[in-house]
Order: sequence, then C-alpha cells, then structure tokens
Amino acid sequence: MAENNRAVVKLKERYADALLEYKEHRGEVTVIVKKESVLEVLKFLRDDLRYNFLSDLTAVDYLGQEPRFMVVYNLLSIPNKDRIRVKAPVTEADCSIESATALWNSANWLEREAFDLFGIDFKNHPNLVRILMTDDWVGHPLRKDYPLQGPDREPYKGRLS
Amino acid sequence: MGVTQPLGENIITTSLDSLVNWARKSSIWPMTFGLACCAIEMMATGAAKHDLDRFGIIFRASPRQSDCIIIAGTVTKKMLPVIQTVYEQMPEPKWVVAMGACACSGGIFDTYSVVQGIDEALPVDVYIPGCPPRPEALLYGLMKLQDKIANEKNSFGSSIGLGDRLEPAA
Repeated sequence: MAENNRAVVKLKERYADALLEYKEHRGEVTVIVKKESVLEVLKFLRDDLRYNFLSDLTAVDYLGQEPRFMVVYNLLSIPNKDRIRVKAPVTEADCSIESATALWNSANWLEREAFDLFGIDFKNHPNLVRILMTDDWVGHPLRKDYPLQGPDREPYKGRLS
Repeated sequence: MGVTQPLGENIITTSLDSLVNWARKSSIWPMTFGLACCAIEMMATGAAKHDLDRFGIIFRASPRQSDCIIIAGTVTKKMLPVIQTVYEQMPEPKWVVAMGACACSGGIFDTYSVVQGIDEALPVDVYIPGCPPRPEALLYGLMKLQDKIANEKNSFGSSIGLGDRLEPAA
C-alpha cells in the first residue's frame, strides 16, 4: 500500500501541508502535491531519496474538472530501481508552474512540448518556445477543447450524418 | 539522279512531339524524397526486385536534377512549406505523383496537423491509392505518368516559343 512506501512516508513527514493525495495502483505510486511546492518536493526526491532520473514530464487535460490540468513527473531511481509519479494540479486561470529545468536539464524539451500542446507556462524556463507545432501556430492542440480537425474546418459528424 | 542520301539508311523522320515526349517519358528522374511508410515501398520499387531503372527512372538527390516528385507519405502542415520549396526548385517540365492514401486525401489522418491531400498545394498528375501501395501499384502509376507524358501536345514547342501548348483530350 502507498502508506508504507518509503517515499510517501518521508513526504508525509516533511511536506505534510503540500501533499494533497497519494495512491498506489498496480504497484505504481503516485503522489499529488501543490504546484507551489512541487519543485521543493522534486528536489527532495532527487537528492535525498535518489530518484535521480526524470524519465518523463507531461501534462493531462481534465476538461470540465477543476483544476483543469495536471502536470505529471515520472521519476526513476536508478540506484534503488524504483519509480514514483508526482503530479501537480494547475488551474486554467493561472496556467503556470515552476520549471523543473533547474533540477533536470532533460526537462527542457519536455516542458516545451507540454507548453506547445497544452499551453502550460513553465516559469523560469530558459527557452519556452514551441517544439512540435510551427512557430506561428495558434492554439494548443492537445487541449480537449481544441477541434480535432483544426479550427478552420467543419468538424466531422460521422459518415451517415 | 534522284536525291542523294549521304547518311544512307541512318536517318528517320518523326514529329518533334514524339521525339521529345519519348525522351521525357523514358527518363523520368524523381526526387529522392520520402515522407512515411510509402517511402519504404518506393525504395522497394527502386531496388533490385522491381527495378525502376528499367523504365529509365533514376532517383536523383537534388531537385535541380529532378523532373518528378513522388509524394510518398503523410504530408504534415509543418512539412508542406519544405515540399513546396523542393517543388519550386525543380526545373520545368515537372510532374507530381501522389503515392498512397495520405498523399491523395490525408488518409486516416483526418486531423489538424495533416494536409488533406497534396493536391491542395501541388498540381498532381497521378494518384496512386493504397496504404501503402504495393510496388506493382507504384509501377503502374508511373507507367500511367509515362502515358500522360507521351500524349502531351506541343509542350516542348511552346516552351521555346513555337505556338501554344495543346491540352490532349482527356
């Protein structure tokens, strides 16, 4: 269970007010922390608990829920052969979060991708420009309210409609 | 007396169209340009088993030396300006083959990032269906292009200032 996970125990001790939720599903531990302290938590996980490798950084759009976005950090501890997933909720009104490039250089392009496709502003990112879409692209295509066939086309309503 | 024949039997007479069209259709040099999985079939068509060289079709590594571009794969909106630049760099006369469902119509990628058929941007001469088309289909498409070239009327003459180009009937 998640309560017995070493990282969760330590996080509960040190960041009790930042820790919103923790859960385990099929052996995968996920902790949800406030976005204001996500960098602190990540630094603690990296330096003290040796989750030294950022294997992925991405975002999820839960359109209709509040907060709308969730930034996801997948960490791997190479010495301990262990993984943990850290999530931070981001609201649509204040669609920004601190950049993790201060901790991992590999966050650079991953955050650019999340910015490009979800429109999440990573503060203090060294070069936050689009990485996949063209520079002049308008909108963020992986947002759930982005029209699948593009804003300039009639939406597809099914073959028989 | 009669007409002397200094060249003996080594001379034939033909129309300019027949000569030029024969030369053009027998040396289609496509641009080496692949976009997706169709490019793998295109490479297979060019390789030993199907052997495009026997049609005089030799892939060139520069658009300046090419007179045909095979759009082999999915054209994304990000790639489109690149394709247009390559096409503009090719000297006239030039032909465009849309190979596969994606190049013809966008294929399964009915989405914001994909061009819904290369004919939105380039004048396509031959459409080859398939996902991807087999090498036989590409060969057939290129033979259709050869037929189309063979039926051109005064395409060369008009380019050197002799009259107008005539559109062949369908």
